[in-house]
Amino acid sequence: MALEESHVRRAAHLARLAVSDDQASGFVDDLSRILDMVDQLQSLDTDGVAPLAHPLDATQRLRADEVTETNQRDAFQRCAPAVENGLYLVPRVVE
Amino acid sequence: MQWETVIGLEVHVQLATRSKIFSGASTAFGAEPNTQACAVDLGLPGVLPVLNEQAVAMAVQFGLAVHAEIPEVSIFDRKNYFYPDLPKGYQTSQMYHPIVGAGEVEITLDDDTTKRIRIHHAHLEEDAGKSLHEDFQGMTGIDLNRAGTPLLEIVSEPDMRSAKEAAAYLKAIHSIVTYLGISDGNMAEGSMRCDVNVSVRPKGQEAFGTRAEIKNVNSFRFVERAIAFEVERQIELIEDGGKVVQETRLFDPERDETRSMRTKEEANDYRYFPCPDLLPVVLDQAYLEHLRSQLPELPADKRARFQNELGLSAYDANVLSASREMAEFFEEVQRVCGDAKQAANWVQGELSGALNRENLSIQNSPVSAQQLGELIRRVLDDTINGKAAKQVFQALWNGQGENADAVIEAKGLKQVTDTGAIEAMIDQVIAESPAQVAQYRDSEPEKRGKMIGYFVGQVMKASRGTANPQQVNGVLKEKLDALL
Repeated sequence: MALEESHVRRAAHLARLAVSDDQASGFVDDLSRILDMVDQLQSLDTDGVAPLAHPLDATQRLRADEVTETNQRDAFQRCAPAVENGLYLVPRVVE
Repeated sequence: MQWETVIGLEVHVQLATRSKIFSGASTAFGAEPNTQACAVDLGLPGVLPVLNEQAVAMAVQFGLAVHAEIPEVSIFDRKNYFYPDLPKGYQTSQMYHPIVGAGEVEITLDDDTTKRIRIHHAHLEEDAGKSLHEDFQGMTGIDLNRAGTPLLEIVSEPDMRSAKEAAAYLKAIHSIVTYLGISDGNMAEGSMRCDVNVSVRPKGQEAFGTRAEIKNVNSFRFVERAIAFEVERQIELIEDGGKVVQETRLFDPERDETRSMRTKEEANDYRYFPCPDLLPVVLDQAYLEHLRSQLPELPADKRARFQNELGLSAYDANVLSASREMAEFFEEVQRVCGDAKQAANWVQGELSGALNRENLSIQNSPVSAQQLGELIRRVLDDTINGKAAKQVFQALWNGQGENADAVIEAKGLKQVTDTGAIEAMIDQVIAESPAQVAQYRDSEPEKRGKMIGYFVGQVMKASRGTANPQQVNGVLKEKLDALL
């Protein structure tokens, strides 16, 4: 599949990644090659093969519904840039 | 043009687990900000989510209660978007293989008819944190205590055709989840939240119209009001030659209207993909059977039993089965007094009236089911009349007396059925009311029936409400007619 720079820009925007103009054209090439490989995979006949949700052939372990965590707010908030009254502060978000 | 409304609901139910869906942090409501947000909830590097067994069990129980298919395998996906109260940058949800498949719910409408509403599916997901926009100079405060709280999102098919049906559906879901005990169902605290999809189409048209999604509809009443407003808005728009656009709108209960939320420049693109941190969840038949065996009697079954076995009307059966607490209270009253109809009347009448006046829920009723049942028994065996029963109820409500018998004794409310005593009181009232007696005598025979009420009232007053009213009526009529 031929990728265009606009696709790269959009993907970068959705992932909140800053991409310079030089990088963008490079990514067009790299990502196109990855998509080519996917096209190759797509050409295989997968009728009757269940989609794979996880590479490990295992199922999810469940934990008992118990409170095991203690309050470690002070430790966690030491790496936050701004806190007040126990809240994390972030640049204003307007709905 | 005749229009038809088409409604579908997405109901988010907060599951009543002790810990979060993927971590061992507490879900208790009302804690200090961020004291219940652990490394997993914060999305710190190197952490792994582990699924809460109770959240799975609760979701499956809901599925069984709505007769849904429960697929053997369900899979968690990441829904990617950026918002400060979502620290991981994605919400762990189930997009393609939800834990609960297609099912159905029966709703009861105002005219006591029922209708089946299909459920498309229900899936497990985690809640996000809370953003607080006030009080911080140019900043937003984030509390992540709610992040990772388990939610069951129940998605209906677009099967509802009026605001009333939508409200009835929401009530049915509320009653199922509270019967199951999988949620406290507290809408004011956000334990149940609802998004409403509304569209209109010309009556008879097959294709659906363009829908708007209304967010922030957090009470049964708001659902009806939001839909009523939205339907009118869409019809007016179309009839004026406009077009409904697919968008998200916000319901504003204060102004009783829906408003367009600022549309983002681009459509949402959540880039769902299977969550590599979580393996497929596999549920075997034995586990499902185990959960099925633990299901309580559900509202629809209770409603049917109240009608068929206890002989209640459809209306009574519906009201009394709406909540598990109400149903259990009623059943206890019925067991104690032995009369379902009387029990139904008292629970819905005197008791509900008093509870409403003081804004109490039935769990906090000052009069217990046992006390009410005993009181009704004293009415049924003619120990007291209906009027005295209300006095006894009031006394029990106010905590004056252990039980009905004690109150009846203390207040001397025992019904007088002794004919001699009643006759004596009647003779006295007749002797003291010559003017009324003359009026009675002089009036047309067909009007006398009404006039007798005055005398009954006087006799009841003389007996301090303890005389048997039917008896008083009969004897009075005889005596007055003898004077003609």
